Amino acid sequence: MSKPLKQIHLAAHFPGVNNTTVWSDPAAGSHIEFSSFAHFARTAERAKFDFLFLAEGLRLREQGGQIYDLDVVGRPDTFTVLAALAAVTDRLGLTGTINSTFNEPYEVARQFASLDHLSGGRSAWNVVTSWDAFTGENFRRGGFLPQEERYSRAKEFLATAHELFDSWHGDEILADQATGTFLRDARAGAFVHRGQHFDIHGRFNVPRSPQGRPVVFQAGDSEQGREFAASSADAIFSRYSTLKEGQAFYTDVKSRLAAYGRRPDQLLILPAATFVLGDTDQEAAELAREVRRQQVSGATAIKHLEFVWNRDLSAYDPEGPLPDVDPVVAEEHISRGRAQVRMYRDPVAIAREWRQLAEANKWSIRDLVIHTGNRQTFIGSPATVARTINDFVQADASDGFILVPHITPGGLDPFADKVVPLLQEQGVFRADYEGTTLRDHLGLAHPDEARAAERAAS
Amino acid sequence: MSSTSPAPLHLAVALDGTGWHPASWREPVARPRDLFTAGYWADLITEAERGLLDFVTLEDDLGPQSSRLLAPDERTDQVRGRLDAVLIASRVAPLTRHIGLVPTVVATHTEPFHISKAIATLDHVSGGRAGVRVRTTFRPDEAAHFGRRTIPQIDGFDGPGAQELITELFDEAADYVEVVRRLWDSWEDDAEIRDAATGRFIDRDKLHYIDFEGRFFSVKGPSITPRPPQGQPLVTALAHRTVPYRLVARRADVGYVTPQDADGARAVVAEIRAEQEAAGRADETLHVFGDLVVLLDDSRAEAEARRDRLDTLAGEPYTSDARIFTGTAAELADLLEEFAEGGLTGFRLRPAVAGHDLPRITRDLVPELQRRRRFRDAYEAGTLRGLLGLARPANRYAAA
Repeated sequence: MSKPLKQIHLAAHFPGVNNTTVWSDPAAGSHIEFSSFAHFARTAERAKFDFLFLAEGLRLREQGGQIYDLDVVGRPDTFTVLAALAAVTDRLGLTGTINSTFNEPYEVARQFASLDHLSGGRSAWNVVTSWDAFTGENFRRGGFLPQEERYSRAKEFLATAHELFDSWHGDEILADQATGTFLRDARAGAFVHRGQHFDIHGRFNVPRSPQGRPVVFQAGDSEQGREFAASSADAIFSRYSTLKEGQAFYTDVKSRLAAYGRRPDQLLILPAATFVLGDTDQEAAELAREVRRQQVSGATAIKHLEFVWNRDLSAYDPEGPLPDVDPVVAEEHISRGRAQVRMYRDPVAIAREWRQLAEANKWSIRDLVIHTGNRQTFIGSPATVARTINDFVQADASDGFILVPHITPGGLDPFADKVVPLLQEQGVFRADYEGTTLRDHLGLAHPDEARAAERAAS
Repeated sequence: MSSTSPAPLHLAVALDGTGWHPASWREPVARPRDLFTAGYWADLITEAERGLLDFVTLEDDLGPQSSRLLAPDERTDQVRGRLDAVLIASRVAPLTRHIGLVPTVVATHTEPFHISKAIATLDHVSGGRAGVRVRTTFRPDEAAHFGRRTIPQIDGFDGPGAQELITELFDEAADYVEVVRRLWDSWEDDAEIRDAATGRFIDRDKLHYIDFEGRFFSVKGPSITPRPPQGQPLVTALAHRTVPYRLVARRADVGYVTPQDADGARAVVAEIRAEQEAAGRADETLHVFGDLVVLLDDSRAEAEARRDRLDTLAGEPYTSDARIFTGTAAELADLLEEFAEGGLTGFRLRPAVAGHDLPRITRDLVPELQRRRRFRDAYEAGTLRGLLGLARPANRYAAA
């Protein structure tokens, strides 16, 4: 029992375009206006969180050939919001999801290096992949990428971006007004990359940024995704928020690091988590039930069932029994542009299981979706939630959490005000920032130090 | 003299590194080591706002700056490297309240879908003060940074091969702007309904596929970002000859031109107005701004001496596509009034030394123009379009 307590990492995800967000709540504000983002970021910084996280969308979701209209629809541009948030915060890390399929390394590297300069070393990149023609219809390059190539492109994209970041070493700008030497080295920023997906060369035009490279996050969960993260990421944004699943994932991913010459503490595992707080555990449980009913309207329940059944179920009564027809198994899916579709790998088996569950519990369609959908991760009084989070982290089910409140933008406030002080009292969460960069908050070495350490060790 | 008072002038300032003179970074006021910090840009843009200027533009490109027109160089005696202009504009937006923010984007290698949502978001972040300056690039080395297309090396802009390339890249830029503008309109203003009774967050009938199919690319839409506060943020472009004048006439709200004198201004404005009419936009407000590099001091002799000193430091005389003005604020005000008689509605001034000439614009030139009743005494509108007298456009997709 002499093992020191792990320090918890906490981050905040601005709620996005899914039914986690309860937009109909009178307390729900704009998900577009900058004041919402500023409020959310200031709360996260007041609570000494490591970073704020923004997801990305590149095509509005559709179902049954129509734009999905039941959840929040639309969001601002990730880079632009993060740069503006750098003006209203001082320490908070700024993490953005940027797709490696519908972008080019030179431009994305410029944007992240610029964001790192403009925020004083607080930028992070959640690298995601996409391949579908549906999203590709908004882009010059179209939807061209075979699914099996998406990780190879993502890996090469990230490696190429790192070559661009590293093309400046940090000591090139002399700016000596007396002698007239601006650059020490005429070839600053020179790079050549010849690979399977990118064949580019020239000179990168953003000097080395405060963090050297932005922090890299990865979110995929497949075998390939786990390897990609183990080889190249600083943190994983995972989705396992139960203790057993979390521990299994944690052990699996951390064990993969050695093969890449990395230590277990060089990759943080941070699941997304939701929460409902009440003065007592019982009050929180009641509130959580209410939130679930707001999240899953009858119409939402039918649409959710359509993800699995892959057919039009609009004739069914959400308060009635589940459809007795089986799901349609086909390449074409009724729902486009959403990740959930891929989570149901054997829809016929799931339908059978759900029908049995509903019959056994006398659940309607809506009840079924309320019970099987994403429920709140942490429900309870502030003391219960603080204890649960700490237990989870100390038991190596994660290194912390990325919290997604269900109300925009004030949903994080009660967590900041009531749970964070308890974690601070227990000595498992920082009372104040110790450094200024996101790498400092996450305990990650600056890439130059890491390189120096590697050289010294070899 | 006419009995009606002449129209007020619009003033913008073009920010590029430490200033437009290649030796500007060596001036004591230049702060070259701060170029890659947010504070540097915040200081310049708040200074421009103190002078009540309409907007600032921020230069950008997809490769290092060069003293050669169409190829990189390997000089170490000039500023090299810059930050993404859209991100600088957004970083400074929350620190300012009135001034327009117009970053440069390169249409040649970027995605109109990304730029549309970025500029829409800059408009949301700034409360309706966003614009964009669209440009093309002819540099083969910049194409090699992307690796998706090659661009042939041209020696200048006059040969037949060059003309073909210019026409092609400007046609592509015109399509690019068309896509960006359609995406801004792809959400009607009142598309977000939050109708708790039916559970619908949006009225999907008020979202529109843009279904753009062009020679260079196709884009489906709609945007992921709701229509920006201005409806259409400002679109601007710099133009030196007929092909780019046509882009300005067809697609822009403000064009920057580089006449050397009032007659030159008159000729350029006439050409753009004719193209504007040919494009069927005769009834829309299209500003034509004159671009001038400025060195402002208390006397003309001082300004000229400063230019000589900078040229000596640079090792060669500074030349520019735009006229280079050296003199006092009063002399510059005279020149601007003279140019305005040629039909220009405003000016984009390029400070030779940002740390010196920008405060001269805001503290000397602006009061001089105010005395002449040719410039505002206070910000009179909340949006950039408002400052420029541009109406908020109707949405092209909304049912009349």
